[in-house]
Amino acid sequence: MSMDARVPPAPSPVRASPDEAGLRRDQGFWLLAAAVSTIAPHWVEQPAWVGTLCAILFTWHIRRLWRGSAAPSRWLLLPLTLAAVVGVRLSFGYFLGKAPGLAFLAVLLSLKLLETRSVRDARVAMLMCFFLQFGLFFNDQSALSAAFALIAALVTLGSLVALADPASTGRKRLKMGVILLAQGLPFMLALFVLFPRAATPLWGIPNRTATSGLSDSMSPGTVSGLILSDALAFTAEFDGPPPPPSERYWRGPVLGRFDGRTWRMSHGPLLDRPRYMPSGRRYDYRIMLEPHDQHWLPVLDYPAGPVQGVSFTLDFQALNRFPVGNRMQFEFSAFPGTVAGGGESSRRLDMFRQLPLYGNPRTRALATMLKAKTAEQTVEHILAWLAEGRFTYTLQPPLLDKDSTDIFLFDTRMGFCEHFAGAFVFLARAADVPARVVTGYQGGRINPVNETMTVRQSDAHAWAEVWLAGHGWVRVDPTALAAPQRIERGLEASLPERDMLPLLLQPQYSWLRQLRDHWEAIATGWNRGVIAYDKRRQRDLLEAVFGLDASSLPVILGASAIAIALLMAVLYYWAQRRRASHDPLDQAWARFSAKLARHGLARAPSEGPLDYARRLAAARPASAAILTAICTDYARLRYRPSVPREEHKEIGKLTHSINRLVLKKEPAPS
Amino acid sequence: MSPAAALARLRSLFRRSRPEKAETAPLILSQHRIYVLPTFSGLAFAGVLGVMLIASINYGLSLGYAFSFLLGGIGIVSTIHAFRNLLRLSIRPGRVEDAFCGGSAVFHLLIDNPDPHRRPALRLLGGKMAEVRGETRFDLPPGACSDIALALPARRRGRMPIGRTVIETRWPLGLVRACSILAPAMEALVFPAPELAPPPPPPGSGGVSANRGAARIGNEDFAGLRAYQDTDSLHHLAWKVFARSGAMMTKQFSDIGDADLFFDWHALPAALSEEARLSRLAAWLLRAGQSGQRYALRLPAREFSIDRGDAHLYRCLAELALYGSAAEET
Repeated sequence: MSMDARVPPAPSPVRASPDEAGLRRDQGFWLLAAAVSTIAPHWVEQPAWVGTLCAILFTWHIRRLWRGSAAPSRWLLLPLTLAAVVGVRLSFGYFLGKAPGLAFLAVLLSLKLLETRSVRDARVAMLMCFFLQFGLFFNDQSALSAAFALIAALVTLGSLVALADPASTGRKRLKMGVILLAQGLPFMLALFVLFPRAATPLWGIPNRTATSGLSDSMSPGTVSGLILSDALAFTAEFDGPPPPPSERYWRGPVLGRFDGRTWRMSHGPLLDRPRYMPSGRRYDYRIMLEPHDQHWLPVLDYPAGPVQGVSFTLDFQALNRFPVGNRMQFEFSAFPGTVAGGGESSRRLDMFRQLPLYGNPRTRALATMLKAKTAEQTVEHILAWLAEGRFTYTLQPPLLDKDSTDIFLFDTRMGFCEHFAGAFVFLARAADVPARVVTGYQGGRINPVNETMTVRQSDAHAWAEVWLAGHGWVRVDPTALAAPQRIERGLEASLPERDMLPLLLQPQYSWLRQLRDHWEAIATGWNRGVIAYDKRRQRDLLEAVFGLDASSLPVILGASAIAIALLMAVLYYWAQRRRASHDPLDQAWARFSAKLARHGLARAPSEGPLDYARRLAAARPASAAILTAICTDYARLRYRPSVPREEHKEIGKLTHSINRLVLKKEPAPS
Repeated sequence: MSPAAALARLRSLFRRSRPEKAETAPLILSQHRIYVLPTFSGLAFAGVLGVMLIASINYGLSLGYAFSFLLGGIGIVSTIHAFRNLLRLSIRPGRVEDAFCGGSAVFHLLIDNPDPHRRPALRLLGGKMAEVRGETRFDLPPGACSDIALALPARRRGRMPIGRTVIETRWPLGLVRACSILAPAMEALVFPAPELAPPPPPPGSGGVSANRGAARIGNEDFAGLRAYQDTDSLHHLAWKVFARSGAMMTKQFSDIGDADLFFDWHALPAALSEEARLSRLAAWLLRAGQSGQRYALRLPAREFSIDRGDAHLYRCLAELALYGSAAEET
């Protein structure tokens, strides 16, 4: 106890928690950096006004930080928040959903930043940042998105460190963020591999409004609307050599019902495997399907079942159990030589002969004329008539209204594959041959970088199938017959990626095409390894690598728990470990002592360097000079006043001589 | 640790009823005495992670899974960092600054960081969780011992132990709080709050007669020299003699009574309560200490002969502080 009686200062108000402390300017700028790096990658997906509003609010925040002024009043921010709600509702048309939710959260984060008064407020803002980074993956799960999210997460972690430790430097904050990320990474890997994956969504996923791709109905313009889109439809990887181009027909929606204008899918039972015996050559392949929010999957003719999670229709379509809202991977095998549909019932065949009662009288008359004894002959007559008809294949066919088949066949004679397929099926049915329209993709280019087949929306196609007794369903592609050259593209086609295609098709830009091949090869690998890791792949991997039965929830949960516990133990060991001093001189001295301890000359804890030197010199007279020199150097460097620059050099010298130290053999005692 | 013991420990933590018995120094923070609990932000963080995971499951977002697991892993890692930030700190009691009632007593703790890394964002808290009485924030440089002062409001006259003290950190992310509960053996004296506007003290000559004999050797007028004793104040050392001869001599002063003061408990107005009397006496003592006058003090149970100086003042004030307490006789 002190012996002086001082009058102590008056008691000051005591803060309850460090979280209620005010913010310093550097912390404010860190928060800003976190928010900007979080919101910037959303700029592309969000309506322009959201990004602009955020930018304005950030500028306001910068001004506030610069001047050190107080947070704006809540009475100003509340109406702004309400305005943001209204704005989001107006620009999206709905409020509860992923995209409007993210837009609102982005505005809310910018407002929260402005209103931040305490450390606790700031932490809430940082949690919003984390969620927005996560939100990037709703739109896009590419490697680029992951990189954006990771960078933003790093800055956010740095901001949290800045909030907890105001005395740290910017470099220290970033470094701490990197350490945390690096140490969190093993947990991520373990849980990513082990955490049980759900096969189906928890609740229904609302269909997105605008997705490119084929729909499950076809009316004039459906397919031609896709043809200039360069967007990827799917990639396919074959186990052996890929099928020749003439067999690259990827079956999509099969359309059997016609109302005079639109072709639609017919409904029927769902089967585990299609109703035919697969035979002939076999192709095994995997497709990585881009999300199209529909059930149907593109499959090469003719698929074999069963496939987990996939059912087949009587029309040989493959349907996923729920709409494909994310990139998904499927494994199929195809048997192109199969005779499919040999046993169709007459009731079903009648269904494929149905036409509307009225309309297209000229086509019906033509059909009666072309009708022959057998179905085969009829089909041949129809194809011959089409081949002679000098039809023009164009992306911009004139609009057809009533009796569209009549007008196309006899008047305009300009159409796209959907017109050809539709007209052919109409003719066949009118001539009493069962026929239907098949939509899907035709073609696919092999990426030379990774030997994967890429199929784009521009490969969308429509063809026909007719039923011939003894042969079942036979594919007929009237487009290829009527217009083998298949190209007459209108330049003013108003599609978003129209500039892209001509550029990439020009020979001088082949390097650009190669670049794209490389990029797509990387993306395919990323998609296959990371994005398409689902329940099925998890089961395969765990069984192959760890011999675990991943279908049992207790096993997989137990494995996750053990992995986390192991990682925790490693970290705990790391935390407990006592690290040696950072002082290079101490380290060198410790190494010296350890070296001599191996010769039975361990230094006693209480022994000073000079005493030690005397003992060493006595024990090893042959090396006495160097041992004494090291000990005296150490003593001098340790106990003299510090001279920073020279010291560094001399410590280096000492360390060097300690590292090179080899004790000489002592002469045998005579 | 057996499960029962762990449970008992946990219960004691939540009840805040860990014995406040003082511990002997040095206290070393081992893993057994460091607790890690989530903060409010940590719980909110866990909630956000839960939402992310559910969204990932529903929309089948592989990267969503990965991102939530990464953040979850970082959360776990941050608990280890927080734990490590307290691990192996050793705490010894240092000096204590006494206080007047209504002021703050300052407890100095010597906290040693034996490791070669900095310990950032530490806090020392006095009092219970619900009612924090004082806090100090500090960082500890690597491999050094720092003197950390914790000021606690002095609310009651008498002995004031430092009591339950918490050292905690929310570093690195503020999501978890690692803490350790200490009860170092430290005690401050809380003197009575001096009366703000006390009446002038009574003149000394009146009632000092009882102490006249004892108080004959005072420090008013120079009376001679005697050999220095260890307890003598350096103010009274005869420096000239020391400079001349090297002999340590203490100057002695004789006592003349006119300016002396005598503070008598019994002479105070009868209407004053005990605490009011103590406050007035404290105010008089302080004033006398400032003016350099000599004074004697008489309390019901104890008397202090006439003297001056810091030691005398402290002895008198300490007596006032402990007035009526059980430890008065020590």
